[in-house]
Amino acid sequence: MNLNAQLALWTFLLPVLAVFILTVVYPLRRAGKPAAYLSILAIGGSTLLSVWNLILVKANPVSISLKYHWLPASTGSLAYVGFWLDSISAIMLVVVSGVALAVQVYSLGYMSHESKASLGRYYTYHSLFATAMLGLVLANNLLEVYLFWELVGVCSYLLIGFWYYKPEAARAAVKAFWVTRFGDMGLIIGIILLWGNTGTFDYQEIFGLVENGQIPMGLLTLASVLVLFGAFGKSAQFPFHVWLPDAMEGPTPVSALIHAATMVAAGVYLVIRLFPIYENVPMALTILTYVGSFTALLAASLATRQADIKKVLAYSTVSQLGFMMAALGVTAQMASYFHLFNHAFFKALLFLAAGSVIHAVGTNDMFGMGNLSRKMKITSGVFMAGGLALAGVWPFSGFFSKDEILVAVAQSGNTVPLILLLLTTFLTAFYIFRAIFLAFYGPKKEEVHAHESPKVMTSPMIILAGLSLVTGWFGGDFEHVVHPGSIAEIRPSPLPWISLGLAGLGILTAWTFYQRRKTVPMALRGALAPIGRAIDKKYWLDDLYELMYANILLAFSRLIGWIDRYLVDGMVNLSAWATGQAGSGLRGTQTGKAQDYLVGVTVGLMVLIIIGLGLR
Amino acid sequence: MSNYLILSALVFGIGIFTVITRRNAIGILLGIELLLNAVNINLIAFAFMRDNAVGMVFVLFTIAITVAEVALGLAIVILIFRLKKTVQADEVNLLRG
Repeated sequence: MNLNAQLALWTFLLPVLAVFILTVVYPLRRAGKPAAYLSILAIGGSTLLSVWNLILVKANPVSISLKYHWLPASTGSLAYVGFWLDSISAIMLVVVSGVALAVQVYSLGYMSHESKASLGRYYTYHSLFATAMLGLVLANNLLEVYLFWELVGVCSYLLIGFWYYKPEAARAAVKAFWVTRFGDMGLIIGIILLWGNTGTFDYQEIFGLVENGQIPMGLLTLASVLVLFGAFGKSAQFPFHVWLPDAMEGPTPVSALIHAATMVAAGVYLVIRLFPIYENVPMALTILTYVGSFTALLAASLATRQADIKKVLAYSTVSQLGFMMAALGVTAQMASYFHLFNHAFFKALLFLAAGSVIHAVGTNDMFGMGNLSRKMKITSGVFMAGGLALAGVWPFSGFFSKDEILVAVAQSGNTVPLILLLLTTFLTAFYIFRAIFLAFYGPKKEEVHAHESPKVMTSPMIILAGLSLVTGWFGGDFEHVVHPGSIAEIRPSPLPWISLGLAGLGILTAWTFYQRRKTVPMALRGALAPIGRAIDKKYWLDDLYELMYANILLAFSRLIGWIDRYLVDGMVNLSAWATGQAGSGLRGTQTGKAQDYLVGVTVGLMVLIIIGLGLR
Repeated sequence: MSNYLILSALVFGIGIFTVITRRNAIGILLGIELLLNAVNINLIAFAFMRDNAVGMVFVLFTIAITVAEVALGLAIVILIFRLKKTVQADEVNLLRG
């Protein structure tokens, strides 16, 4: 094994080790703080190794796929496990371990009021999540990816429901699990279809078969669209987006790590990983473009009317993931990946800053905040940096990747998605600055006693803010890392100016209505009222799902329940009853007296002798 | 020759009858002794007829094992007596499920 492979392997193994120790040595887990330090130590080691690895990979691109036998059988192994280290997974390793490190350090401050046992549990889950996410990134076959995919889902469930004694949190955890599970059904069926027709789970083998056209087109389309269901579920794309805003019931650092930077990006990552398949399936690409851009606009519009600062960010995440999906649809997978990379940092930053505010003020409601920038200088500063990056203002990272996406969509000639995405750009700037003006500026609320968060919380935020300022400049490098040798072509286009203008317009609108408190003109208000109502009701989508759940699914379940209880169980019970009756009938012959048995033996022997004699 | 075999069969029959009908555990043990001795007679008879000493050696073994078996059987009877305060075989139905 060469150095790169070893580094990648240990990046994955350190959190595995941590989660193993924390699970087995329960006094350590219950001790709280020591468990936290162990977990942070492991993920910190992973971060160092993955950064070292990325530097090596950048200097000297590799594509290493290691395979180990798994499930051995007489006809050879049923499956393999292993990992595939190339530029794409090397970058993602850095993103996952880096953000996880920042979030775990930050959690030391944010979760300081938890009891010791609860803190240990929190960090054990975090280590488990890091394990699963790094495994998902490194996986080199579909089966392995599916295992880790479910494992991150479980971690998400556990961490959303971390405060399980809160009914909303428990409900949100179940909802998140349910909705993503629904998409995962598509994923597993897609994987089985591919495996059934190729006999392999391995990415590269499947890519080879696709390239040679050995998989029938219809089947390939079906399988890849089914896999997209899984990706849409995980990345909270329409129609599966409903779980992510509810997932905000979890602790804020969890939202930053799992529901902003890493796990929800797993859907995008999977499509990027499988792109050699998707670029051959036009239908899947069309679905990606339209679902992505539609989700982007839908979620951005929903974000404009939320009162809960975390929900604004949650819808914003859905919206940005929509951008990435749309970019994938126009085969701009590198622009998409670049946006994922930038988004991971600035969205984690926004969440951590929001967490810092919530920690200080004790409420999620933005209308209960105000003028916090006086007391929380660092937090408001980094939130502003994150907001500018999200809105796509030069020179923050979001500007570069978002414009690459817009240019790619424009060049592909998809007018409708382009318009949707441009509208989203405007709304994005509007809702994030609405949050900024409401929370950090504007009139002071008397009852709020805010204070700046401790250093352990602010320093990860400052580092992330620095990153969201600089990562945008890696765009060229990005192309280079992923496509060694090729130079990113410079495409002159007016789009960056248009989107910058739209972002500025959005900020200006937010400033007018939420900073200067200008009231909306009556005519405009009348026109916007129905839309506002629809947004308040989340376009009735949640209600629709509930209705579907209550009427169709439950009725169907009741039918199946009846069949199971009275037909299937009936047959089982009948045979049990018959056996019981036969047993008690025969019981009389078994007296338990040795002599009775001996009579039987003797008589039987005599009968046998007589028969034997008769036969002779 | 056939006289020996008839004797053996008679002893065996008496033994079986005893084992089955006796209610007293000691009696049953005596019946088992009869069964074994019937076998011994058979073995001696055949050994005599075929002029082969192996059968007689077997009988010696059988006698030795019988002694051990009776000792074991009596021990079991004593234990059963301690447990059930009786040696009547029809009252001992511990095997019944």
